[in-house]
Amino acid sequence: MKFQFESAADFISMSGHGPYVWASYAITAVCLAYLVVSPLLKRRSLMAEIKRQSRIAERNAELQGTSR
Amino acid sequence: MGWQWFHRLGSPRWFYEKTNAWIPWLAVISISLLVTGAVWGLAFAPEDFKQGNSYRIIYIHVPSAFLALAGYYTMAISGAIGLIWKMKLADMVMKSAAPIGAVLTFVALVTGAVWGKPTWGTWWVWDARITSMLVLFFLYLGVIALQEAYQHQDTANKASAILALVGTVNIPIIYKSVDWWYTLHQPATIKFTSESTIDPSMLYPLLMMVTGFYVFYALVLLMSTRSEILVREKKTRWVKDLATQ
Repeated sequence: MKFQFESAADFISMSGHGPYVWASYAITAVCLAYLVVSPLLKRRSLMAEIKRQSRIAERNAELQGTSR
Repeated sequence: MGWQWFHRLGSPRWFYEKTNAWIPWLAVISISLLVTGAVWGLAFAPEDFKQGNSYRIIYIHVPSAFLALAGYYTMAISGAIGLIWKMKLADMVMKSAAPIGAVLTFVALVTGAVWGKPTWGTWWVWDARITSMLVLFFLYLGVIALQEAYQHQDTANKASAILALVGTVNIPIIYKSVDWWYTLHQPATIKFTSESTIDPSMLYPLLMMVTGFYVFYALVLLMSTRSEILVREKKTRWVKDLATQ
């Protein structure tokens, strides 16, 4: 197994096919990254929402406690 | 007794807690396979004598197309399980599988178009394989749309499961399209029943990428399903504790 290209420039140009190959890999990398990030963001925003609501619920409980 | 695991799957919480430890493993395995496979395919696999270096797109095109199809099975089968046994978890898997499958089908279509330009001289042809893959993409979009279209989650699940099941007709068409019709798309590279039409020096990195994509699919489907579990169970004690601890 050996490196198939003469130089780094040759590797990037891929004898003229470089733009096609690198564009494909770049698009794929972005798409795969999106698949990982989107459930993480969904989870994060849900957690923030639950936290906010529980703080509101606590405050309401406190206020009710003091008014009585 | 032997069916206990199946009944436990009915509990999203049990599933969520059980799969906690799997995530880092799946992440490490899939990323190392994908990175090694991509470097191998891009830099160390020999050049194709007919297509030159453009063939290196095969290392992402074929695995993403595989997973676009495998993802459809996953979605349709979990839809059927949800429909028959009213299992909440199966419905969540179906819902999570739809956008992932759509993205992978999109990747297969786009990398195919980019590969087509230097190889066939065109970005797009209405050829049987490519058109049936486009139909697959629309089926995924249909399931995503149906999930959003109903007020009641149960109705949405039923409708999307039925669409997913009806859409399975498309799967054998995709597989067989290169044999049934005269197409521009080349026939299958990896064959299970006979000798593959690819040299081992090109096949090994491809198999590595395929395996990497499978593990990656398992990872993102699991992550997505787990987030969906939290969304659907957000009113329960255990999710509130998880958020506020």
